[in-house]
Amino acid sequence: MTTNQIRPAIVVRGLRKSYGAKVVLDGVDLTVAEGAIFALLGPNGAGKTTLVRILSTLVRADGGEAWVGGHDVAREPGAVRATIGVTGQFSAVDSMLTGEDNLRLMADLHHLGRRAGRRRAAELLKRFDLAEDGGTIAAAYSGGMLRRLDLAMTLAGHPRIIFLDEPTTGLDPRSRRGLWQIIRELVAGGVTILLTTQYLDEADQLADRIALLDQGRLVAEGTPGELKRRVPGGHVRLRFAGPAELGRAARALAPASPDEEALTLQVPHDGTVHALRALLARLDDASVEVAELTVHTPDLDDAFLALTGVAR
Amino acid sequence: MMPHVLADSATMVRRQVQHMRRAPSLTLQVMALPVVFLLLFVYVLGGTLGNGLTAGAGGRAEYVNYVVPGILLMAVAAVATGTAVSVSLDMTTGIVTRFKTMAIGRVSVLTGHVVGALVQTFLAVAVVVAVALAVGFRPAAGVLEWLATAGVVGLVTFALTWLSVALGLAAKSVDSASNLPMPLTILPFLGSGVVPAESMPAGLRWFAEHQPFTPIIETLRGLLLGTGTGGSGGAAVAWSAGLALAGYLWARRLYNR
Repeated sequence: MTTNQIRPAIVVRGLRKSYGAKVVLDGVDLTVAEGAIFALLGPNGAGKTTLVRILSTLVRADGGEAWVGGHDVAREPGAVRATIGVTGQFSAVDSMLTGEDNLRLMADLHHLGRRAGRRRAAELLKRFDLAEDGGTIAAAYSGGMLRRLDLAMTLAGHPRIIFLDEPTTGLDPRSRRGLWQIIRELVAGGVTILLTTQYLDEADQLADRIALLDQGRLVAEGTPGELKRRVPGGHVRLRFAGPAELGRAARALAPASPDEEALTLQVPHDGTVHALRALLARLDDASVEVAELTVHTPDLDDAFLALTGVAR
Repeated sequence: MMPHVLADSATMVRRQVQHMRRAPSLTLQVMALPVVFLLLFVYVLGGTLGNGLTAGAGGRAEYVNYVVPGILLMAVAAVATGTAVSVSLDMTTGIVTRFKTMAIGRVSVLTGHVVGALVQTFLAVAVVVAVALAVGFRPAAGVLEWLATAGVVGLVTFALTWLSVALGLAAKSVDSASNLPMPLTILPFLGSGVVPAESMPAGLRWFAEHQPFTPIIETLRGLLLGTGTGGSGGAAVAWSAGLALAGYLWARRLYNR
C-alpha cells in the first residue's frame, strides 16, 4: 500500500457515463500509482473501453472527476494528451504508410526534429523487431506486427502514462507473450500502464494491481494474490469406482458435495500442493481408492461468480 | 500548442502527399474526369453548341473557349468529391483516433486534407488547360489575368474543399461520402458552365443566374478570354469566402464532436 502514497499517476473519483438509457460507468473510483501496471479486468461491455476513452480525452464523462498525470481530463485535455500514449483495441496505424513512415509521422507530431525523429524511428523499429519490415507498407503487416507497430507509435513521444486497451486480443499465443515482455520492459523504464483485458491470466502475468469491472461498477480491487484468495471457485474433483468408496470418502473429507450418480465428490481447494498432499493423506487414512482426480483452479468465470454475486 | 499548429499541419500535408504517391489511382481518376468532359463537350457537342453561341457562326472553335471555365470548375468539384471520400475513409481508421489523443493542432488532420486537395486541384487544372490548348483553346489572358485566374481557382477550391471535408465527416459511410458532393458536380451544368444562362427556361434561368457557380464561371471566363469580369468578380469572391467559412466551421464542429 506504500506505493499509493507516492504521487498517483491516475486518480478517478465517482466517474459516470451513460449512452442514452444505458449506464456504462456507474460511479467508478480508482487510483493508479506511478510506475505501476494496473489491470482493468472485465467482460465485453463492462465499461473498460469507455473508461479508457474518458481518461484519454476522447469522450467526456457525465459526472465525477479524473486526473491523469496530475491534470484534470475535462479542464486540461491538452496537458493530459501531452502526457499519455494510447494503444486502442483497433489498430491505430496509417495502413497506407510504411512502418518507418508511420513512426516518423509520430516523431514529427511530437516535434522531435528531423534527425532525432529518424533516429527514434530506427530505434523503435529495431526494438519491436520490425527493422527488416520498416520499408513495407503497413497494410501488408500481420496482426502481430501491426500490434507491435501500434505500440511503437504510442511510445514515439516517450509518454509517462500509457493506456493499453485489450492489447493482446486476437493475437496468437507467441505474439501475446512477446507483447507481455515488451510491457514489462516499459514499466522497468518507469512508465505507468493502465491495461484492460478480458483474460485473468494476462492480468495475473502483468499487473501489480487488478480492478474487476462489471456492468459499470468496480466490484473488486487488489493485488492478483488478494483477488485469488477471495475467489473460492477452486476445487478438486474425485471420481470413485463405486458408491461404497464414495460414501467413505465423503465422510473422510466432510464437508464435501457427493454426486451419487456420477460417483464424484467435489472438495473445495486452494490449489496448493501442500493442501493436495493433505487431502490425499486423509483418503489414504480412510483406505479409499480414487479412480480419477482433477484439480480445478479459479478462472475468470469463478472470479465473476464469486465477486459479482447474483447480479449476473 | 498554438505555435505547433503550422508545423503539425505541414506534417499532415506530407502525410497526404505520401498517400497520393502510394495510391495514385484516386488522383488519376479525379484528374481524368474533367478531361473526359472537356473532350465530350468539345468534340461531341461543341460543333452544334458553338453555333448557338453567336447565331450559327461560332462552331467548335468558339465553343472550346466558352466551355473551358466550366470544365475547370468540374475539375475542382471532382477533386472535392475525392476529398470527401478520403476524409470519410480516414475517419473509419484508428489513426485519427490516435491523433485525437495526441497534443497536436486539433484541425491539422483536416488542414492536411485541404492542402492536399489544393495540390491535386492545381495538377488537375494544369492538365485540363494543357489538353484544352491542344484541342483549340485560345485564351486572351496576359500574365496578370493568368495569376488572377489561379487566385480565383485557389479560392474556389479552398471553399469547396472545406465544404467537402465537412460532407466527408458528416457521411455515415464511405459510399454516402462519394454521393453527398454530387451537387458540386451538377451545379456547373445548372449555371453558365456549358451553355449561357439566357438560353434556359425562366425558372431554371433564375436559378442559374443566382447560384454561386455562375459568377465564379463568369469571372474565370472574363479573365481567360479578356472580356472583363463585369460585376461577377465581387460575387465570386464573396460566395467563395462565405462557403469556405461555413465549410470550415461545420467541419471543425463535426471533427470535435
